[in-house]
Amino acid sequence: MTLDAAVEVQLGSLHLDVELAVGTGEIVALFGPNGAGKSTVLRCLAGLLPIDRGRITIDDLVVDDPTEGVLLLPEQRPIGVVFQEYLLFANLTALENVAFGLRARGTAKREARQHAGEWLERVGLSDHAGHKPSALSGGQAQRVALARALATDPRLLLLDEPLAALDAGSRGEMRRELRRHLAGFDGMRVLVTHDPIDAYALADRMIVLESGTVVQSGTLADVTAHPRSPYVADLVGINLLAGRLAGHVLTTLTGAAIVTASDQPDGDAFAAIRPQAISLHLEHPEGSPRNTWECTVSDVDRLADRVRVTLVGPVPLVAEITPAALAALELRPGDPVWAAVKASEVTSYPT
Amino acid sequence: MTTAVEPGRAARRAPTQRLPVPALALAGVAVMFFALPFVGLVWRAPWSRAWDVLTTDSVRTAFGLSIRCSLWATALSIVFGVPVAWLLARVEFPGRGVVRALCTLSMVLPPVVGGVALFFSFGRRGLFGQYLDRWFGVTLPFSTKGVVLAQTFVAMPFLILTMEAALRQLDRRFEEAARTLGGSRWYVFRRVTLPAVRPALVAGSVLAWARALGEFGATITFAGNFPGTTQTMPLATYLALESNPEEALILSLVLVAVSFAVLVGLRDRWLGGVTASGAR
Repeated sequence: MTLDAAVEVQLGSLHLDVELAVGTGEIVALFGPNGAGKSTVLRCLAGLLPIDRGRITIDDLVVDDPTEGVLLLPEQRPIGVVFQEYLLFANLTALENVAFGLRARGTAKREARQHAGEWLERVGLSDHAGHKPSALSGGQAQRVALARALATDPRLLLLDEPLAALDAGSRGEMRRELRRHLAGFDGMRVLVTHDPIDAYALADRMIVLESGTVVQSGTLADVTAHPRSPYVADLVGINLLAGRLAGHVLTTLTGAAIVTASDQPDGDAFAAIRPQAISLHLEHPEGSPRNTWECTVSDVDRLADRVRVTLVGPVPLVAEITPAALAALELRPGDPVWAAVKASEVTSYPT
Repeated sequence: MTTAVEPGRAARRAPTQRLPVPALALAGVAVMFFALPFVGLVWRAPWSRAWDVLTTDSVRTAFGLSIRCSLWATALSIVFGVPVAWLLARVEFPGRGVVRALCTLSMVLPPVVGGVALFFSFGRRGLFGQYLDRWFGVTLPFSTKGVVLAQTFVAMPFLILTMEAALRQLDRRFEEAARTLGGSRWYVFRRVTLPAVRPALVAGSVLAWARALGEFGATITFAGNFPGTTQTMPLATYLALESNPEEALILSLVLVAVSFAVLVGLRDRWLGGVTASGAR
């Protein structure tokens, strides 16, 4: 019971050649910058764009195979899609939007509305059933879009940047909410995002795309810890540390304290630290950095013009330094080293 | 959708824009040029006799015929024009430009020429008309059906152009979203596309109807001028000018009033453009 897709498509100057497999109950993040072809893959899976070569099967149902001449239209596929800007129908109420898919598949009006009402209740929007999309906030619109996509009981749920349209203030809460709803869905889920935080918070595995091809895939911990190119390192190679935030101090699960300058409500949170923001010292650093940890070097990876140093210690970290700095420090695996980060370089996000 | 226009209009008005005096003078002359003929009509109209004229049998017959024929022409324009607009807006095919020009040619053609063309193709001896007559016993020229045909011929382009523009502007992602929810093409067209272009459909229909109502040249050429069957308001007006100028004045005023009401009523939709269905 899986999604198996080999997608090859030429779209303008973009040549897309991507393979992906998603198991039941799994959430896979398609990750990459704008123009990498993430949304195009999603369109192919949804049937909005036929593939040139390859094959897509959803639970043994072949939905697109040019060599066999099989192409199922979007309405014939067991899918649900949450679009980037939600695309709720402006002339229909929230309830009618959620009922749309059921009505389109021939469910009787009363039954469809009742089912849609249950879905609105599940996403906590019963009070807004009669509201038009223009009267909903961004977060509410997102939840209606999710309920609309799930109401037809799809096997495969596709989410295209589901949090990108939200303002920064409500993203954290919506991310948490989305994770809860996604957990309650037992099908396959593919999430397109360009935000490592979203991928980290929502997905089990990630597939990194660059200019139409997969440059790396694996579990999030794996990809973030060992990016295989400078490009992936820039994209996902960010230190994300989970813990509990109180005031400006995040305490990790292992008991380490990380001082952050960003203001977030207390509670479960991530601290994000860019590898470039971490400086390494042989002695305890003097002066201003609020975060200093005594660590041990576990790995030194050279990626073109930079060096990624993996550290173990109170907090697991990846630091990125120049080859010149590496030469000066003469670091080797097993060496002790001090890592320092300014509080202003630590960003926190509610989980 | 009309409310969305308000803030924009207020903002546009806020900084007082002053036209240079010569431009203002020329614009004034142009406005007068459009206004004066109607002032003349209103001035010369025999208001005291207006009711009597309007209630004479011949005028009432012409009025009723005009309304009936123009509504038929509007209905036919919608039924056939919407698919044409769809074709022109959505399907790429060789010669699309030619087809578009063909379907909107009658807008710029002298209506008389349209009438002549109709006569030689759908007339009793016409290229196609002879078979209609021989096989189906259908005679179009000099009949009420001919009036409807002539009016549809000149009115449908207005609907086609309005709808094509609206369908082009429409955000197609909403239709895609509907497809992924399981909607067939027809279902999506009915539930998503049509509601989104409804303002344009209304505007296009009203424009087509007003054009059909005012049709003169193609009608008189193709359908003739028989009271009760083909003599519509514009034809009656033209005829009355010879025999009974007062009646012509009154009939003209009725047509002016209808057209003016339509334009004023359409103003918001026409100037505001057709807003695509909103995001979210």
